[in-house]
Amino acid sequence: MTPDDVRHVVLEELSNIAPEADLALLDPAADLREALDIDSMDHLNFVTALHNRLGIAIPEVDYPRLTTLDGAVAYLMADPAIAAKAGIA
Amino acid sequence: MGIFRMPSLGADMEAGVLVEWLKQPGDAVARGDIVAVVETQKGAIEVETFEAGVIERLLVTPGTSVPVGTPLALLTGAGESVVLPSPEPQPSAPPAPPMRAPAPLPSPPPVTTATVPPPASPAARRLATERGIALTAVTGSGPGGAVLLADVERAAAMPSASPQPRGLDVVQMRRAIAAAMARSNQEIPHYYLSTTVALAKANAWLAAHNTERPPEQRLLLAALQLKAVALALRRLPEFNGSCIDGTFRPAEGIHIGTAVAIRGGGLVAPAIHDTDRLAVDEVMACLRDLVARARSGRLRSSELQDPTITVTSLGDRGVEGVFGVIYPPQVAIVGFGKPVERPWVVDGQVVPCPVMTATLAADHRVSDGHRGALLLAEIDRLLQEPESL
Repeated sequence: MTPDDVRHVVLEELSNIAPEADLALLDPAADLREALDIDSMDHLNFVTALHNRLGIAIPEVDYPRLTTLDGAVAYLMADPAIAAKAGIA
Repeated sequence: MGIFRMPSLGADMEAGVLVEWLKQPGDAVARGDIVAVVETQKGAIEVETFEAGVIERLLVTPGTSVPVGTPLALLTGAGESVVLPSPEPQPSAPPAPPMRAPAPLPSPPPVTTATVPPPASPAARRLATERGIALTAVTGSGPGGAVLLADVERAAAMPSASPQPRGLDVVQMRRAIAAAMARSNQEIPHYYLSTTVALAKANAWLAAHNTERPPEQRLLLAALQLKAVALALRRLPEFNGSCIDGTFRPAEGIHIGTAVAIRGGGLVAPAIHDTDRLAVDEVMACLRDLVARARSGRLRSSELQDPTITVTSLGDRGVEGVFGVIYPPQVAIVGFGKPVERPWVVDGQVVPCPVMTATLAADHRVSDGHRGALLLAEIDRLLQEPESL
């Protein structure tokens, strides 16, 4: 998968959690919890959705790395499983 | 012979719009089965029957707004002969057209802005509910525009078909909240208590519990909070029940109403039934399910009718303390603020420690500050032993 593919997945899952938000206006460096009014349950649902779609473990200690859109894409791209999918994507 | 009536889904509800029949004449129903969908200020509510029997006749057509208590359908027991009582407030309402043979939709309800969903096959409805897709947003290809399973599958595959709050009217909900809270402040002599709860043990236990688990099995602090409140209420039952006309009735079960914020504004506090008897993992599963359905506007009638106390938890953002307003006829509301790191004294040493503020607002007609303090102290004690929850 390319970074653009991963970004697309992340944005899609964010829009499922915050359907009213205009994600085109989202600052990729902004704290997602503040920018999209995401609470701890929303965040857990977000992590669960990424886990189910991409097959990545995302342990709790890594949650701080998912704070921003750019951070989340970088974190997911760093996973060997995502890198391995580059060929198929 | 039983009568299935428009339920009261809270102190603030006067009427509701019947939007859909999920059972038809001749269908057998068991206690707890969902019979109809009713539109209220809290969204579309799935209404359960308290009585078992066979649906004899439907008295109200979808799209009709009727007051609380109005007979909606007649039920007979197995083998019982049919005796029709004179239907009171709906003398001219014909039985609803069966969903299987979709007819043109009835005219829109006269007094609300409720959205009447199109006819839909049960499989389509089930999938739409699972995926959080509003049936009104799906183009039906069946007879009379009925939504079929394939239509929902198509809508689910489209990225644009993101779940929209269905049937949630924020203005109506605000009015309902205002009415209930005004009544609460007029009738209930509140008193307020606050204490600080150390969270080091709870956080460590949660981290250890969650570390090996996939995200869908992880717990949030909220699950521990709810279980701790539920167990504390076993010891202090005067905070669990209802006060009507000055008389307190303790509740038989502990059904914690869990405040859920609705995106875009509004609030609803549906019950987690028998919270005290659920394992923490089960409390968490109930909470996840409840939050999702509260936000998509698909709660069940018992979840709105049964809360015996309310818990409001601010989560990991926001402010440190919340002093709740009791939802009548309940007699208490417990609030948990945002966990924060603070200097804390442990064994004579000042150490950084995660803490949160726990508060209680309770009804002075039923209890006083001494007992309230015991409740908060018990909640604190239980949260220091997370493994026992």
